[in-house]
Amino acid sequence: MTTAFAPLPTTASASGSVASTTTESIVFAPTPLQAYLMRIGDTCLIHTQRLAEWSGHAPILEEDIALTNLALDLVGQARALLTHVGRQTGFDEDQLAFLRNERDFRNVTLVELPGRRAGRDFADAVVRNFLLAAWMNVLWSKLESSSDAEIAAIAGKAVKESRYHVAHAADWVVRLGDGTDESMRRTRQAVDRLWPYTAELFETDGIDTAAAEAGLGPMRVSLKAEWDAIVAPVFAEAGLNIPATGAFRSTGTRGVHSEHMGYLLAEMQTLQRTLPGGQW
Amino acid sequence: MSEHARAASPRVEHAWRVLHDVLDPEVPAISVTDLGIVRDVIAHDDGLEVVVTPTYSGCPATEVIAQSISDAIDAAGLGPARVTQRRAPAWTTDWITPEGRDKLRAYGIAPPGSCASEATAKVSPSEGRTRGLASSPSGGSDGRSVGAPFRPIRLMARNVDCPRCGSAQTERLSAFGSTACKSLYRCVACREPFEHFKPI
Repeated sequence: MTTAFAPLPTTASASGSVASTTTESIVFAPTPLQAYLMRIGDTCLIHTQRLAEWSGHAPILEEDIALTNLALDLVGQARALLTHVGRQTGFDEDQLAFLRNERDFRNVTLVELPGRRAGRDFADAVVRNFLLAAWMNVLWSKLESSSDAEIAAIAGKAVKESRYHVAHAADWVVRLGDGTDESMRRTRQAVDRLWPYTAELFETDGIDTAAAEAGLGPMRVSLKAEWDAIVAPVFAEAGLNIPATGAFRSTGTRGVHSEHMGYLLAEMQTLQRTLPGGQW
Repeated sequence: MSEHARAASPRVEHAWRVLHDVLDPEVPAISVTDLGIVRDVIAHDDGLEVVVTPTYSGCPATEVIAQSISDAIDAAGLGPARVTQRRAPAWTTDWITPEGRDKLRAYGIAPPGSCASEATAKVSPSEGRTRGLASSPSGGSDGRSVGAPFRPIRLMARNVDCPRCGSAQTERLSAFGSTACKSLYRCVACREPFEHFKPI
């Protein structure tokens, strides 16, 4: 293992003012097909970051291990996708993860919403895990027949991992939802907080259409029926109602993020921004 | 697998024997060939190519495994070797060899059941409630049978025997374990905790 940090930039100029030590962001201008893949890769990546916040803090040791193991699978999936798009665009996975600006991330907003650090409940983590894992599972199963052989191969592995994620998350949704009065109350609150962000998972735009026409992957709207078929019976078992979908639409997949995204990126990117190319 | 090439080249044959002793860094009881991740060894003019299929997307041992393989081939005088990745078809625990399963058991890790047979296994009545999802007719090892909804993990079918005393009376303690590929169990008969290699 090598440690190869570039020398620390000088932080004070001759005049005594503090100069910026922040690395320039990359200029990333993906094609619609590349943007389609970045939506998936970024969703895995940002979900990983939020799950990792639970490391050392989950309510029980087994779940601490579980959440970080889920994150491990997800970061592997993110790396595969970012590396694949990076080969087409001249960047490596680290540049794409750590040197893009907020507007260049295309994850669904659901995954960037506050987690443990902001005092959000464990129930929020459980419900988000479940809703996301179910969506990823349906998505990966369709990407197995992608016209892009590398994407089909990545999906072939990821779909198996996502099955275990769904089963594990479903276990907790039922345990909390059908648990004590307190756990049910907090799980219902989590569902009410998160549900409005699920509409974005099934929207359609030009990027989806381009991907579907190229055979690269499915339009998000086509995932809805199968997602419902996973979510509904687990919610029923948990005693949770499926809320009505209102008019609100989150826009992370278009690069317009919630107010929480900047803080998340600041933490995620600070090391590579400060020590460009650092390895360990 | 290029069985033809293996038979044709003593160098490739030798390389397979070398790989048989390259241990998985996270489960150092079994080798990379026991694990079934070495898919091919190809002799090129400029060296050997070892084709490896990763176990889990995020397995942190991937780089170490590639280095170990390359080092072992070099040490045996068969180098240079380069390790390449083949993602498809995806690795499955069904590729773990019978010898690998025996080694896992001897090391105290319950080997994975076959993905195909687990899919038809029934949930025992003691493993969950009898209403709702628990009364679904069948569930795969991955919590899903064709056309059926996902099942909460505690209701999944399991038939994991204790690797120490062989008892079938075991219970799951944790869905995840010390590495991505394992979960944690306890034997009700001999009271020993043990790890289980998850079928995938």
